[in-house]
Amino acid sequence: MTKGSIRKGTPSQYLLALYCLYLLIPIYWLFTLALQSNSDIVEGFSIIPKNLTIDNFVEIWTNPVWYQGFLNSLTYVLINTIISVSLAIPAAYTFSRYQFLGDRQLFFWLLTNRMAPPAVFLLPFFQLYSAIGLFDTPLAVALAHCLFTIPLAVWILEGFMSSVSTELDEMARVDGHSFIFFFFRIFLPVNRSAIGVTIFFCFMFSWVELLLARTLTATNAKPIVVTMTRTISASGIDWGVLAAAGVVTIIPGIIVIWFVRKHLAQGFTLGRVS
Amino acid sequence: MFKIKDNRGWLGVLPVVLIVSFSGVVPLMAVVNYSVQDILDFNTRFFVGFQWYQETLQDSRFVEAFLRQIAFSLSVLSVEIPLGIVIARGMPRSGWLASLLLVLLAIPLLIPWNVVGTIWQLFARSDIGLLGVTLNQLGISYNYTANPVDAWLTVLAMDIWHWTSLVALLAFAGLSSVPTAYYQAAELDGASSWQVFRYIQLPRLRNVLIIAILLRLIDSFMIYTEPFVLTGGGPGNTTTFLSQYLATMAVGQFDLGPAAAFSVIYFLFTLLFCWIFYTSVTANHD
Repeated sequence: MTKGSIRKGTPSQYLLALYCLYLLIPIYWLFTLALQSNSDIVEGFSIIPKNLTIDNFVEIWTNPVWYQGFLNSLTYVLINTIISVSLAIPAAYTFSRYQFLGDRQLFFWLLTNRMAPPAVFLLPFFQLYSAIGLFDTPLAVALAHCLFTIPLAVWILEGFMSSVSTELDEMARVDGHSFIFFFFRIFLPVNRSAIGVTIFFCFMFSWVELLLARTLTATNAKPIVVTMTRTISASGIDWGVLAAAGVVTIIPGIIVIWFVRKHLAQGFTLGRVS
Repeated sequence: MFKIKDNRGWLGVLPVVLIVSFSGVVPLMAVVNYSVQDILDFNTRFFVGFQWYQETLQDSRFVEAFLRQIAFSLSVLSVEIPLGIVIARGMPRSGWLASLLLVLLAIPLLIPWNVVGTIWQLFARSDIGLLGVTLNQLGISYNYTANPVDAWLTVLAMDIWHWTSLVALLAFAGLSSVPTAYYQAAELDGASSWQVFRYIQLPRLRNVLIIAILLRLIDSFMIYTEPFVLTGGGPGNTTTFLSQYLATMAVGQFDLGPAAAFSVIYFLFTLLFCWIFYTSVTANHD
């Protein structure tokens, strides 16, 4: 797997190249549509767009329905990530260091929450969050998304933390450090890449979700992905604006990926590679 | 690893348990409650026992959607798992190219699911889509909104586009754990590419492949948003999978009782998958 083998090219490398092309072509098409006016899209098909315009993006950044939706999405994703990671850290530490009554069952139960089929749970969710007066707030969506981000965060962090030897805990105790000092100044810095990966996953799963976000919001907290599903106006769908909104929703993801790129692959295995 | 026995461990996990229970247990109990009642409106309801469960299991549309779901999940797995492994094998282990490819592969995973549907809608439509127009100009008749086969292939292509990266990233993490010395030894012995894969890489991939297969199985089993945006379950019912059918019952027709019984059955299936997942992941861990 040295540089020489890249130049030579094995069948799997050709396939990799083809697959990257397959990934990029639909995204390329999204970008070209986003940069054309709707009438150009409908009337003239061309692989390389002729009249480029940024009107669709101007529409998104000037129309409050769109940019407010974008901000709403970011708000609940951030709240969710903060809650998930700060609660999952102590839980994952406990799971990785202590044995207690029902620990394995509890761990399994956490996982099952990620697997509930959403469609019918939507009505109880709506009733529950209406009853406690959180309906149509970013906090409601953030709390609802905790249902699958917290179990995931606990799982990933537990995987990473279990691979940190307990000798570290012992040494800190022998050196006379308090638990608080050990936890915040020694243990968490050792696990910082794990925390980075966890933040990425919480962000990702909260950002891509649509059903709960749509159910728990009406007008004030409506996320951009929901706005996208309602772009059909009297004159039909404005494909250009829809494509531009799609482009806008991809950007935060790309920024976040860039920061955790080195730890990405390991995070997907929930910290358990071998 | 040695763990300290201490029931005070519950204190560490209590906040997580509380917040997950709030969103997890309360709605689940409500659904179980609906599933044994006939709900005419919110004030008029009758206890009907297991009637909805019986009806769901005998409902031919449920069985059809279930079979369609199984066919879809198996197709998805049989393409994405081998493809993901091959892609991961083609990747360089380190360097700027590896970082770039990792970022590129991760992009589809971070696109909101309805946007994935939108991207494929824009890409595949036979009036404005690059794929649709090109195929038709080449003389291949293609229209995913009218032809069931085209619709199936488009949904499948979309899922491969969306999720193969997950398998590839997992397999990449597994391959990274193979020590370089193994490859050097294989090279000295004159091992073929297939032998390197079969006897050096595959054993190391075992654990990550278990995770990959089960994650893909569970997630494909619950697929909803992407086909909903792309095909809306059509043409006819040909791309209506379990979640889609469930949503039509619960939201469209407001058949809360049967829909709830359906989702309890559905949930139990997923629970079975989770259990297999959990036991196979933890079997090696201990």
